[in-house]
Amino acid sequence: MKSSHINAQIALLPAILIALVVYCGTTGWTIWISFTNSRMLPSSVMVGWRNYLSLIGNERWVVSVTNLFVFGALFISAALVLGFLLAAMIDRHVRAESLFRSVFLYPFSMSFIVTGLAWRWLLDPTLGIEKLAHAIGFSWFHFDWLVRPDRVIYTLVLAAVWHAAGLVMAILLAGLRGIDGEIWKAARVDGLPVWRTYISVILPMLTGSFATATLLLATSVVRLYDLSVAMTNGGPGVASEVPAKFVMDHLFERANVGLATAAASTMLVTIVAVAAPWLYYQQRGRRT
Amino acid sequence: MSTEPRGKRPGRPSIGSGNEPSGRRPQKMTTGRFGLYAFLVITAAFFLTPLYVMLATSLKSMPEIREGNLLSWPIAPTVAAWVKAWSTACTGLNCTGLQVGFMNSVRILVPSVLLSISVGAVTGYTLSFWRPRGAEILFGALMMVAFVPYQVFIYPLVRIFSYAGLNNSLAGIVVVHTIFGLPTMTLIFRNHFAALPNELFRAARVDGAGFWRIFGQIMLPMAVPIIVVAMILQVTGIWNDFIFGLVFAGRENLPMTVQLNNIVNSTQGEREYNVDMAATMLTALVPLAVYFFSGRWFVRGIAAGAVKG
Repeated sequence: MKSSHINAQIALLPAILIALVVYCGTTGWTIWISFTNSRMLPSSVMVGWRNYLSLIGNERWVVSVTNLFVFGALFISAALVLGFLLAAMIDRHVRAESLFRSVFLYPFSMSFIVTGLAWRWLLDPTLGIEKLAHAIGFSWFHFDWLVRPDRVIYTLVLAAVWHAAGLVMAILLAGLRGIDGEIWKAARVDGLPVWRTYISVILPMLTGSFATATLLLATSVVRLYDLSVAMTNGGPGVASEVPAKFVMDHLFERANVGLATAAASTMLVTIVAVAAPWLYYQQRGRRT
Repeated sequence: MSTEPRGKRPGRPSIGSGNEPSGRRPQKMTTGRFGLYAFLVITAAFFLTPLYVMLATSLKSMPEIREGNLLSWPIAPTVAAWVKAWSTACTGLNCTGLQVGFMNSVRILVPSVLLSISVGAVTGYTLSFWRPRGAEILFGALMMVAFVPYQVFIYPLVRIFSYAGLNNSLAGIVVVHTIFGLPTMTLIFRNHFAALPNELFRAARVDGAGFWRIFGQIMLPMAVPIIVVAMILQVTGIWNDFIFGLVFAGRENLPMTVQLNNIVNSTQGEREYNVDMAATMLTALVPLAVYFFSGRWFVRGIAAGAVKG
């Protein structure tokens, strides 16, 4: 039966190759390039931290990073709150439950490009919602956030919440359905109001579902790229730029590979710094 | 995720039949229930508005778009914009419509879905039953990658693909989708196989079945539900992909999402919002169809792909 074990090794070859070459190899390569003076073509002249220093001084990078944190905080919290409200309400035995579920989840099946283009049209400052409000008599109404540098990031949050709230709802609804009916009865016997039961009994029991949802949302925050491309293309000016787009533009359009890889490496290190304690905490939680 | 504390109170006698689903309450139309329905209906309207506006806009003529308002249903609905988006819409000087992108997406989708699911299924099967040395490390590495931004991999990958002659080719983009689909695919197949009784595997071993025979004749037939889930995940994921198609597919194979973005941002003459919206709807049709026809399976896909670690 030795051959079966050899077969098992062979079967894992693609995965091992991908892990070694693509995941480890390219990551190391990217970090290495970030210390060279590569511009359009790769170069092996080491320049130390120069790319990182010019990154810190790059206004567009600073805007991108700030945007990512603002977007991430608002998007994750809004999607969690809205998703939880929807899940809790749907769990209260409403009529047409599956219709509601379908309506809340369908945006998640579509791409960020479609999402971005749809919202870009809705929020169009001349023909979109503003014109609609004027048409029904609210001539004082102004909604030009899509073209206002200080507000544009909130329009991305709006579109992203529309896209992902259903995902949170689906995950939390599965969690709610896993809660024992006895808990509700016990709470009712104790005379606990429904809203109190949700806050002090149900919410703590959904910690795992919330963690899963947060993780998925956080991953999409870090990868945020398509939505910004489709909705605003980073504009007006650089007001809605995000780190992933900064890297892509400097790799392929601005031909500054050194700066782009320095930015990518910074993203990687930040994520490891955030994820490592989280993973550690999870592992500890599992052991106890 | 399954180890949440069960805050069951000891010593409470159960009331009623005991098998009620969670959250059951008497269904009177109280103020509270009215508020609940009001919230759900208003939120549902908010969720449906973009789809409705896209559809309405795509059926209007340009003068009607300029004069009418966003929410009004077209006075004289016309599919002219849809026809134009599909067959003659321009990207730059190239006016062949979205049908090109659609065909490209199909040509990318089919081999990518087949290959990524095959590799994921074999990897998941090997990891959960054969457990060769280093299996845990490999699995850990795959799971880490699920969170890393793609930007870290892209530039070296482009270089490697150029050396290998894979850059800007159909084969290249298929390989890329397989590479980045591997973590999720491995995860869901590993979890599925890990839930099967190990006796099944041992009995087959005792009977003298080898590696591939156990996979093909025993495990694969038992994995049909998870294959369906994997297909839903990969079809929507690969169809919706933008960044990999943009970088790796090459000008001849640009997927529909990339072509859609190019059409909408093409600045030849006056912007035609109805054509833009028809093109957007066309691109959304495939994932929307998958979503509505798969029903609860779509949610299963989310759940299966979401249980990390």
